[in-house]
Amino acid sequence: MQFMLLFSRQGKLRLQKWYVPLSDKEKKKITRELVQTVLARKPKMCSFLEWRDLKIVYKRYASLYFCCAIEDQDNELITLEIIHRYVELLDKYFGSVCELDIIFNFEKAYFILDEFLLGGEAQETSKKNVLKAIEQADLLQEDTKEAETPRSVLEEIGLT
Amino acid sequence: MPAPIRLRELIRTIRTARTQAEEREMIQKECAAIRSSFREEDNTYRCRNVAKLLYMHMLGYPAHFGQLECLKLIASQKFTDKRIGYLGAMLLLDERQDVHLLMTNCIKNDLNHSTQYVQGLALCTLGCMGSSEMCRDLAGEVEKLLKTSNSYLRKKAALCAVHVIRKVPELMEMFLPATKNLLSEKNHGVLHTSVVLLTEMCERSPDMLAHFRKLVPQLVRILKNLIMSGYSPEHDVSGISDPFLQVRILRLLRILGKGDDDSSEAMNDILAQVATNTETSKNVGNAILYETVLTIMDIKSESGLRVLAINILGRFLLNNDKNIRYVALTSLLKTVQTDHNAVQRHRSTIVDCLKDLDVSIKRRAMELSFALVNGNNIRGMMKELLYFLDSCDPEFKADCASGVFLAAEKYAPSKRWHIDTIMRVLTTAGSYVRDDSVPNLIQLITNSVEMHAYTVQRLYKALLDDISQQPLVQVASWCIGEYGDLLLSGQCEEEEPIQVTEDEVLDVLEGLLVSNLSTPVTRGYSLTAIMKLSTRFSSVNRIKKVVSIYGSSIDVELQQRAVEYNALFKKYDHMRPALLERMPIMEKTASNGPTEIVQTNGETEPSVVEPKHPPPVNQPASQGNDLLDLLGGNDVPVIQTTMPTKPASAGGELLDLLGDLSLGGPAPAPAPPAPASQPPFLLDGLSSQPLFNDIAAAGIPPMTAYNKNGLKIDFTFERANPNPNVAVITIHASNSTEADMTDFVFQAAVPKTFQLQLLSPSSNVVPALNQGTVTQVIRVLNQQKQQLRMRIKLTYTHKGSAVQDLAEVNNFPPQSWQ
Repeated sequence: MQFMLLFSRQGKLRLQKWYVPLSDKEKKKITRELVQTVLARKPKMCSFLEWRDLKIVYKRYASLYFCCAIEDQDNELITLEIIHRYVELLDKYFGSVCELDIIFNFEKAYFILDEFLLGGEAQETSKKNVLKAIEQADLLQEDTKEAETPRSVLEEIGLT
Repeated sequence: MPAPIRLRELIRTIRTARTQAEEREMIQKECAAIRSSFREEDNTYRCRNVAKLLYMHMLGYPAHFGQLECLKLIASQKFTDKRIGYLGAMLLLDERQDVHLLMTNCIKNDLNHSTQYVQGLALCTLGCMGSSEMCRDLAGEVEKLLKTSNSYLRKKAALCAVHVIRKVPELMEMFLPATKNLLSEKNHGVLHTSVVLLTEMCERSPDMLAHFRKLVPQLVRILKNLIMSGYSPEHDVSGISDPFLQVRILRLLRILGKGDDDSSEAMNDILAQVATNTETSKNVGNAILYETVLTIMDIKSESGLRVLAINILGRFLLNNDKNIRYVALTSLLKTVQTDHNAVQRHRSTIVDCLKDLDVSIKRRAMELSFALVNGNNIRGMMKELLYFLDSCDPEFKADCASGVFLAAEKYAPSKRWHIDTIMRVLTTAGSYVRDDSVPNLIQLITNSVEMHAYTVQRLYKALLDDISQQPLVQVASWCIGEYGDLLLSGQCEEEEPIQVTEDEVLDVLEGLLVSNLSTPVTRGYSLTAIMKLSTRFSSVNRIKKVVSIYGSSIDVELQQRAVEYNALFKKYDHMRPALLERMPIMEKTASNGPTEIVQTNGETEPSVVEPKHPPPVNQPASQGNDLLDLLGGNDVPVIQTTMPTKPASAGGELLDLLGDLSLGGPAPAPAPPAPASQPPFLLDGLSSQPLFNDIAAAGIPPMTAYNKNGLKIDFTFERANPNPNVAVITIHASNSTEADMTDFVFQAAVPKTFQLQLLSPSSNVVPALNQGTVTQVIRVLNQQKQQLRMRIKLTYTHKGSAVQDLAEVNNFPPQSWQ
């Protein structure tokens, strides 16, 4: 996989994961064009399209489009399954995930993705194991947080 | 200093912005706050600030000032910091910036961290965006981790190794020892990533491929276990056990089995098993079947297995899921060359896909349909394809029309069918056909001698209906010009002959001249057609009048033609019948691919047109170099010639000096205003040399370039209309001796600032006693408007001995290059 983009029906980017080195300008250009192309597709059309020299696999879940760019020798149908697995992971983690969850917790969405895919390929095929790893890492984050000097309540809620 | 606001708080605030301007203001304010916070080197809130920066970056705002902060976070001991730091690095940094190299040391330390989650972060980052330098530095660490017993780390190390190999292929050897036991792992994550690593290595190195072939039995065993084992909740997807792993194993098997009999045999059974036992009700099962089919087709599988694979694809075509249909068409397209007969069996299903709603499916179906057309199914297939052409989207029409022409040319069962088919395309999709279809069609018509009456009648009727489609109009005008007499005489055998009068025909042609729908090219065609009718019809006066009117046309091309035709009436009336007589049968062009003899399967057809071999014009490199040496100095001349199969005459062909020299390939740009040279069909192949010297050039006098030993070569000039920097020179070679000059070859070289193109000569025999001339067209591109100089080389056989001569041509008239 070369990259994965998540965007809303209005074309707002919610997540971008690039597995190939490109400049910021190029990434913006690709994103803009691809978002336009995918949003222009009618509902009856198939989930695959050819774009430049890549194959694009996309699927819409509620208000979010999940869009992956794969190479010629990659299997489009299994990519659909990869997308679906990622959505399932998000769903399990957030409990009935919706777009707002991903907006407000985008960094967590990235963490989950990085436990599922690495360098564009799946690193773990068991849903349970991915979620377990995230859980452990989250705990580790909590532990180290508690290890800091305790702050006042007022500080916690951002009032001082 | 108040604590910086929290991430969620910021997100909430920004989302309340009602306009883009408001959002920008909020962001700028926050960025300023973050910047000052960074300046204060605040450790506590750095993480929070970078997280906010990442959010703003996603919205599209610049965040480069946070790059160094990410590095500081990575270096921190806190896990939270590292998590955000590495994320920031992956989002904000890339290998183009030198800054990224500062990460290397941190990553190295973290790869050896005591906490596996930290090690995981480091592996992930390296495997996602590590540059070649970083990979070189850290490959050793990755290799170490590849051998660890911790499966959490081992699987990540495997994919990280894949990235390292992609970036620095030379390091591949280093990972070889570690791959030894990878496949004996029970952990699916490790298995999956190991298969990916092995695949990458095999794809990159034939040695590795040979080395890993021995793993085939083990892979087969793993796959078998996956299929046969009962329900495994951890890896189950809709009743299938770990489809991701199955697909990757199948892909690796494909690479290992390709071209190798033993391996292919070893995997035969398992492939058959997967192909027959996999559940097809859901996408996941079909994904596995798809990969299986690809593997079967690529390895040396037995024919039974191949047929099984194609049948699976055939079933895919009937699936309700359009994604499956798409994938099936793509795969069939790949296999149609090798397993043509098997794919033919699914032809009707494929043709049905032409009516699909999805654009990508339609395109695939169209390409596949054209690939399946053969002599047996041509009639049926063409009916479907023409129907498709009628109703498809404009984006398909050009390709479909080209495909129809190609298929018709190869497999037409009869000349009449061929002409009917082409007429159908021109009338329904006439505006989308490629520019070279007009000359091709004209040539086809010329060569179908017995169909002339039928053709001209049909074209005439089509004109009466609709004059908006230019290619149709052009072909029709040309035909009426050539065969107008047949139209009048009512000789048509194929269908009911129509009754027309001369005036009616001339009305139609004149109508084309004045119509707003006609392009300048079309007008040229119709004027020429009218002129030709002067020898076929009796209303010569009417024609004379039309021609003289256009002598003052604003359109330069039309004006030129009219003036020349006028001259024909006045000064050269005795030449007119000869000049305007029927065109001879033309050579077959090689425009759309390999030259093929037109097949006429059965049906009422006499002999077939044989492609004539045009005189060789190829210049072998050595001869070219002789000329190169002689012109010497700093000017290195450039000699360009056409390929020998190019036709000598091709009206409407747009030979662009700067573009392709060959005609093969997709359609050139839409037709420029006018074709380059004089009225295309009148001059070529004719011997009357002196006649057109004064008429031809738009004011450029002709010149004698060479005159020795009885061989005289004259140059006549004209400008190519679309490009005033291109001078078109026609050479006329005549022979005043008593013996013919055979094997006559004319070569030319020009200085480097020019570009030259030689078209095919009219023949390679210059007849004795000035009985005829050999003509050849040279086009010279003179962008810098320099003085034209040329060196020419002549070779021929005269009275049994070979003659060769070189000459310089310097007496070009100034108008030819200014």
